[in-house]
Amino acid sequence: MPILNHLWIIPLLPLLGSAINGLFGKGWPNKTVNMVALGSTGLSFAFAVEAVREFFGNGQQPFRKEFFDWIVAGNFRAGFDLQLDQLTVVMLMVVTGVGFLIHIYSTGYMAHEGGYYRFFSYLNLFMFFMLILVLAANFVLLFVGWEGVGLCSYLLIGFYFLKKSASDAGKKAFIVNRIGDFGFMLGMFLLFRTFHTLDFDAVFKQIADRPADAMGQFGTLTVAALLLFVGATGKSAQLPLYVWLPDAMEGPTPVSALIHAATMVTAGVYVVARSHVLYTQAPTAMYVVAIVGCATAFFAATIGLVQSDIKKVLAYSTVSQLGYMFLGCGVGAFSAGIFHLMTHAFFKALLFLSAGSVIHAMGGEQDMWHMGGLSKKIKVTYWCMLFGTIAIAGFPPFAAFFSKDAILAAAYGHEPAGKILYGVGLLAAVLTSFYMFRLVWLTFYGEQRYDEHHVHVHESPKNMTVPLMILAFLSLTGGWFALPALFGGRDYFADFLSPVFGAAEAGGGEVAASLEHILSIVAVVAATAGLLVAWRMYTGKVKRGTSEGLHKILYNKYYVDELYQAVVVGPLIWLSRNVFWKVVDVGVIDGTVNGIAHSTTAVGDTVRQTQSGNTRSYAVWVLVGALVVFAIIFWPILHPAVFGGAR
Amino acid sequence: MSGSLIIFFVLALLAVFAAISLIVQRHPIHSALSLIVVMIALAGLYLLMGAEFVAAVQIIVYGGAIMVLFVFVIMLLNAEEEERTNFSKLATYAGIPLALAVAGFIAAAIASSSGSLPAPESSGALTSTKTLSNLLFSDFVYPFELTSFLILVAILGAIVLAQRET
Amino acid sequence: MVPTSYYLILSAILFGLGIVAFVFKRNIITIFMAIELMLNAVNLAFVAFSQSLGKSDGEVFVLFVIVVAAAEAAVGLGIIILTARNRRSLNVERVDLLKL
Repeated sequence: MPILNHLWIIPLLPLLGSAINGLFGKGWPNKTVNMVALGSTGLSFAFAVEAVREFFGNGQQPFRKEFFDWIVAGNFRAGFDLQLDQLTVVMLMVVTGVGFLIHIYSTGYMAHEGGYYRFFSYLNLFMFFMLILVLAANFVLLFVGWEGVGLCSYLLIGFYFLKKSASDAGKKAFIVNRIGDFGFMLGMFLLFRTFHTLDFDAVFKQIADRPADAMGQFGTLTVAALLLFVGATGKSAQLPLYVWLPDAMEGPTPVSALIHAATMVTAGVYVVARSHVLYTQAPTAMYVVAIVGCATAFFAATIGLVQSDIKKVLAYSTVSQLGYMFLGCGVGAFSAGIFHLMTHAFFKALLFLSAGSVIHAMGGEQDMWHMGGLSKKIKVTYWCMLFGTIAIAGFPPFAAFFSKDAILAAAYGHEPAGKILYGVGLLAAVLTSFYMFRLVWLTFYGEQRYDEHHVHVHESPKNMTVPLMILAFLSLTGGWFALPALFGGRDYFADFLSPVFGAAEAGGGEVAASLEHILSIVAVVAATAGLLVAWRMYTGKVKRGTSEGLHKILYNKYYVDELYQAVVVGPLIWLSRNVFWKVVDVGVIDGTVNGIAHSTTAVGDTVRQTQSGNTRSYAVWVLVGALVVFAIIFWPILHPAVFGGAR
Repeated sequence: MSGSLIIFFVLALLAVFAAISLIVQRHPIHSALSLIVVMIALAGLYLLMGAEFVAAVQIIVYGGAIMVLFVFVIMLLNAEEEERTNFSKLATYAGIPLALAVAGFIAAAIASSSGSLPAPESSGALTSTKTLSNLLFSDFVYPFELTSFLILVAILGAIVLAQRET
Repeated sequence: MVPTSYYLILSAILFGLGIVAFVFKRNIITIFMAIELMLNAVNLAFVAFSQSLGKSDGEVFVLFVIVVAAAEAAVGLGIIILTARNRRSLNVERVDLLKL
């Protein structure tokens, strides 16, 4: 039975796992919950592998199947349609593979937490929605997955809901996502209005046949592309809607790894890549994407320089790396952007899980200034973290070297102003190397800045370390899909994705091979510089300085949250309280309802006067009534008589 | 001034004065007697118009049965003169104008529309008892039977109402 | 001959007087008699029209009115007897149990 005809199995299995765990798991021992959760995810991964195998067996023909009609309204049809092409293969493997590894890790990390069954139920639910998102063949179904992952993000960030900061963070994530979703929906509406369908194939074919919007012209395609990008900004935490991601670190670390590093936040990049036809026809929008991505990469890196919470550093690093992905897509190198998405999934998950391992070892401590000298004590975690850091800094032959390099090279060759984008991106790479190695030096080297008697440092159990090692391996080898010409290889990855991105890539930034070599060397030099400076500053005896001036601004995240609070949230709350509550709700709505009741009572009171209980007044009323009837009947005859007139 | 006109005015004035007397008298028995006078006057007017059967029925049934019933009840209940109390202001101030208004309306309607009606004849050919009874048993047989049923119901009702509780 | 309108005006006057009595008298029985007066006034109008137009339907109707008035008087007086016994008074303003 070919899996391709039953693609729905892949998302359905995690949904079943979620339902079973959610409904029945309350009293179960951890082992049973594990079986359900890991079983469903693992099977989903297996089926995904099988589907990919069949795909290759069919000669990599893009596959699409409509399972049932969901919305049929007039000429519009949105169905439960799933598709599989090369881009989907990449996303599918990343989501199910990394997802499965993180599930295994979570069995160890969450072993002593309350609400164990709830955690896995939510995690499986997330897998379901994310798989719907990547398998969808039309915008509507994608949006279902989009919203669903936002929901699961809220549920999982606020997992420790008894802690106010956690539930606040969950709310913040959901609300900021929603703002982005509003833009996404407007984009969808615009696309529907223009093309009368929302199926990917149909829309993109119609777009390809249209003339492109010129640079600077705000035609329909540009507006639609920008609106979809607003949604991507919210979901993938770019400027200005990134503010939820650092707060999302309130959730358990596996959540941060899965959702906020490897999968959910990449949904925005996926949408932009999937809609590459739209973006290539709207160069202004693409340019905006590149600029926002580049700016975010730099901006977030600067904030990450001075953070003291280990997870916050990684959060800002995620925002920064997502910026790189958008930069890649924005300059036309879509396959490079997706490539970086894949490698980032590997090393960022690795970094987060290692950080989780450190936190587990330290008994819950997350402040790096209270760590130090751990390299000898938790060897496996240390080596994995180091692998991940080397990878993210962009040293060959680790993964990110190839992907980041491809992006920067494409940016360099992009017109206009590609060199500026390249410069800022390179600077961000230096900063990335710096703060990541700062993290490693502070955590694992130097003297121990914690009290041995309170903290019993121990290595994590196998079910946590084995996924770490697998991810470390992938961080090393994952980049070998795209060896640049320097090493005598081909960009297999771009080749693989060329049936999807073909036309777009041709218009992207191209650089000569020799220039590419030079850029690669520059990148490595930059990364090394960052490493050395961090080494100088943060090993040996380190003391936490006071925070003032530039440091203070960076530490407080440029006060962006405070700005949003003052400019957006505060006025909105004031408006709600004083206008919508006091005026509209109490005054108008309650007033109308109460007013109707009051007027009914008043009318009743007035009419009651006729029922006086006094027989003689009843008699008079009878008389009055008779008179009225008489007048009505005889008026046509009477009024000439009363007022004169011809007889 | 023809003879019938004089008779009409005499009977009309008699009826009106008797009606006013009904209002003005304080003891209900006097009011009842005034009402009897009104009925007799009206019977006379019916005769003047040539409706003999109706006039006879008026005197026999209305005057002879209904008014006798009224008088019996007044005597049974030992009615007394009315007290001078003033409970309902509405009745006092709204009643007279309203009554005048009704009367005025009706009079105006009459005056404006009935000028073309022929005067009633005094000869009884058209409305003799024979004609009446023909009509009663042909066109109006259904209401006729119903009224007999109505009388039965009224008898039963009156008996039930006036029973002494045992 | 007496014009029809004379009879009708007389009928109107009697009817008005009946209304006045109906509104102003305090004795239940007197009020009832006022109702009878009104019915009589209407009878007069019926007969006048009937004779004037030459059709006997009006007089048949008068017969029915008289019958109904008789039935009504019988039942009504029965009720009045009961009420008078209950309230120990013939004053209509004493019949005010529905008053707040």
